[in-house]
Amino acid sequence: MRRSILALFVALAALAPLQAQAPRALSVPYAEFTLANGLHVILHRDASVPTVAVNVWYHVGSGHERPGRTGFAHLFEHLMFEGSKHVPEGAFDEWLEAAGANNNGSTSSDRTNYIIDLPSNALELALFLESDRMGYLLDTMSPAVVDGQRDVVKNERRQGVENAPYGQAFIELGTMLYPEGHPYSWPTIGYMEDLTAASHQDVVDFFRMYYAPNNASLVIAGDIDLDEARRLVEKWFSEIPRGAPVPPIAPPALTLTDVARKTITDRVQLPRVYLAWHTPAQYAPGDAALDLAANLLASGKNSRLYKRLVYDMQIAQDVFAFQQSQALGSVFLVVATARPGQSLARLQEVIDEEIARLAAGPLDPRELERARTQIEASFYRSMERVGGFSGKANQLNQYYVATGMPDFFEEDLSRYRAIAPNDIQSAVSAYLPRGRRVELSVVPGDQ
Amino acid sequence: MRTIVAMVMAGALGVVSIAAQKPDRSAPPALGPAPSLRLPPVQKFTLANGLPVWLVEQHEVPLVQVNLVVRTGSSADPFGAFGLASLTAAMIDEGAGGRGALDLADAFDMLGAQLGTTSSFDASSVRLSVPVARLAEALPLVADVVQRPDFPGAELERLREERLTSLLQARDNPAAIVQAAFPRLLFGPEHRYGTSPTGTAASTTTMRVEDLRSFHGAHYRPDNAALLVVGDITAADARPLLERHFGGWTVSGARPEVAAVPAARQPARRQVYLIDKPGAAQSQVRVGGIGVPRSTADYFPLLVMNTVLGGSFTSRLNTNLREKHGYAYGAGSTFDMRRTAGPFFATAGVQTDKTAEAITEFFRELNGILAPLSAEELDKARNYLALGFPRDFETTGDLARRLEELYVFDLPEEYYAEYVARVQAVTAADVARVAKAYIQPDRFAVVVVGDRSVIEAPVRALKLGTVTIVPLDEVFK
Repeated sequence: MRRSILALFVALAALAPLQAQAPRALSVPYAEFTLANGLHVILHRDASVPTVAVNVWYHVGSGHERPGRTGFAHLFEHLMFEGSKHVPEGAFDEWLEAAGANNNGSTSSDRTNYIIDLPSNALELALFLESDRMGYLLDTMSPAVVDGQRDVVKNERRQGVENAPYGQAFIELGTMLYPEGHPYSWPTIGYMEDLTAASHQDVVDFFRMYYAPNNASLVIAGDIDLDEARRLVEKWFSEIPRGAPVPPIAPPALTLTDVARKTITDRVQLPRVYLAWHTPAQYAPGDAALDLAANLLASGKNSRLYKRLVYDMQIAQDVFAFQQSQALGSVFLVVATARPGQSLARLQEVIDEEIARLAAGPLDPRELERARTQIEASFYRSMERVGGFSGKANQLNQYYVATGMPDFFEEDLSRYRAIAPNDIQSAVSAYLPRGRRVELSVVPGDQ
Repeated sequence: MRTIVAMVMAGALGVVSIAAQKPDRSAPPALGPAPSLRLPPVQKFTLANGLPVWLVEQHEVPLVQVNLVVRTGSSADPFGAFGLASLTAAMIDEGAGGRGALDLADAFDMLGAQLGTTSSFDASSVRLSVPVARLAEALPLVADVVQRPDFPGAELERLREERLTSLLQARDNPAAIVQAAFPRLLFGPEHRYGTSPTGTAASTTTMRVEDLRSFHGAHYRPDNAALLVVGDITAADARPLLERHFGGWTVSGARPEVAAVPAARQPARRQVYLIDKPGAAQSQVRVGGIGVPRSTADYFPLLVMNTVLGGSFTSRLNTNLREKHGYAYGAGSTFDMRRTAGPFFATAGVQTDKTAEAITEFFRELNGILAPLSAEELDKARNYLALGFPRDFETTGDLARRLEELYVFDLPEEYYAEYVARVQAVTAADVARVAKAYIQPDRFAVVVVGDRSVIEAPVRALKLGTVTIVPLDEVFK
């Protein structure tokens, strides 16, 4: 459903391989400019279908929340659809649907994004709506509107946490990995009591602090005329006043020094183990090597963990490995579910053996090539779509926010091309130590 | 290499002068004429063995999608062997042409290819996405999977255990339980639509290699399949490759007739079914009945009607249950159209302490859709469907799936060209007529998976009909 929380640990982009005879440079041509109020704008033309993607990132996520108000960035995201000074409650969605558009939003610990995918003739409607909620949200915001979305968000949490098998695990992992007060220690969906406590005044303060044009970036991609798109952006967004500079987050230092171990119960049939490590931030040295390591461990039948646990020994129902890349620091995660009658201890033993083997090397160059080919093909597949949460518009915005370069596609792919077998070994040895990590077991019982 | 169109940054003066004239926000901007989708032509030809090929060129990204679609799926499963089509599809890439499961997976992975083998009630599909540069190497592998699967016994045992474990895990998840329970209670255990395509634990346990082999032999044949190709390739380049790997595919004997799934009857009266999920924070609610076959002449009026009822974010169900009452994160409704009438249902996960209230609202909307629609609501739904239509054709995978729909349901070639006009031609009278014909709230089944200790009394107090407590085992048996 829409307006969803990005799962804390999203599977690495749908992995799909590719290896053309000669690597062909990836390029997404763009134009960019910044309005006087600080709004950064990126335009990309792709006229393959007559649609346009309007993609706005506000550089605020659950990591900017304060203790006692967890879940607020995401609750606020919901409020952004409830109307603004010139858009009556309900009209945001109704006008867009009547124009043939889909729209949505999502919140992560680092950012909040909003997408509108619509026919090219309706671009100006999207810019009117986006600019109105950027400039005039508070004019019509009321405690009743906040209460309404509070109930919706609580149901979103029930659906994704309380009523979902293993749904508590990611909340536990956050508190086990991070010290109290660290921006990644609480869940993006928030604690129930904090959702209850959120007030109309909190909405006002949050909007003024974070929802200013100088804390946002806008991508318009698709079947557009670049000059006309720029004219429309200037028309609708220039009048919005710049906000005060947003202070950067100052996270407390990580404190995990050895193994943090915990077992929780849930109403599930089968036990599941989660192993989690702190790893380098997105695009930092080591990040790409760990992406590849995750692929080598658990992507495809021939990956090391899948082959041993699921295919050969058949003691696990499934196994996953991800490098969950984030701005302040990433998490590498291995998750495996035991088959009936099998113990988590045995699963963990095999996982540790395979990670140790990966760290010790040597890595078969063919095995690395297979992983790299899959990642390379995923880049090509990601360039087929303009809109949505995973299309080019969103990727341009993500690259811009993280690196300052919207067209970072080729550079990003080059990170993987540059990895040698011994880079994987050093990254795994350095960042996935057996003696410094989180070990969480979820076993059958009461919730 | 890369082209960056640098644009000059707006100077401060220019911006001030623009900002000085504030835009008129008194009304949303008027929209220009909607663009029309230029549908790329479908090029059709036939291989030497009669296998039809439909090809659409799409040169945006150097990828090709190749879908081999067999026009038989789970609907052909014999009683007692529910899950046969699904397990056959799952097994064909677990060893083929003498290559083992691991070797085969490795070969696709090394090409950067993605292979999926899957089935629905009406079809079985083998779907390949591959960089065009590696198509020639991928096609012989796909040909092996489609034409020469080996069905190794050890791989069957592995998939069998995996499926039995998944069935066990489904019991943890209220959303999975309601998904199994609703068709079971509506169609019954003997009707094919009353059991999930993957079958039951009992049928999974008894499936043998010979069963899979014979299902494959009977239905995976060039006179019961088509190749759908979309991507960065021309027909001239594709044809010899396809001919080499699929043109020699022959089978002996006549294609077996598969009896259509019999149409189920709408229940005579409304019934309520409750499945206990102790401690559940939400109840999964599903309300509905027998819907329509994909061939229905009322397809477009139903599409518009369902968009208003529960097929879009601003639909009545979502607006009521989510935006107005806050009982749910989202609510919607669906006609699951197959060759024979599948289910129609409205559904949501609702907070436990509001279960009965939410069910009342479901019926308010199901009854409400029987009353005439405003012109505004009709317009919104028609435009949402018609103007958003081009997005369904963006990627090679999207387009190939659209071609599958045409092929599997025998839709006319001009179907997509006419789609927008047919949506726009739906009138309020059409919507009223199909609502009356297909939305029958007095005969619908109400299936609720939730915490019985909290919800049973309030649900009974609604007096919607007989309340039956259904044991979880009945759902998965």
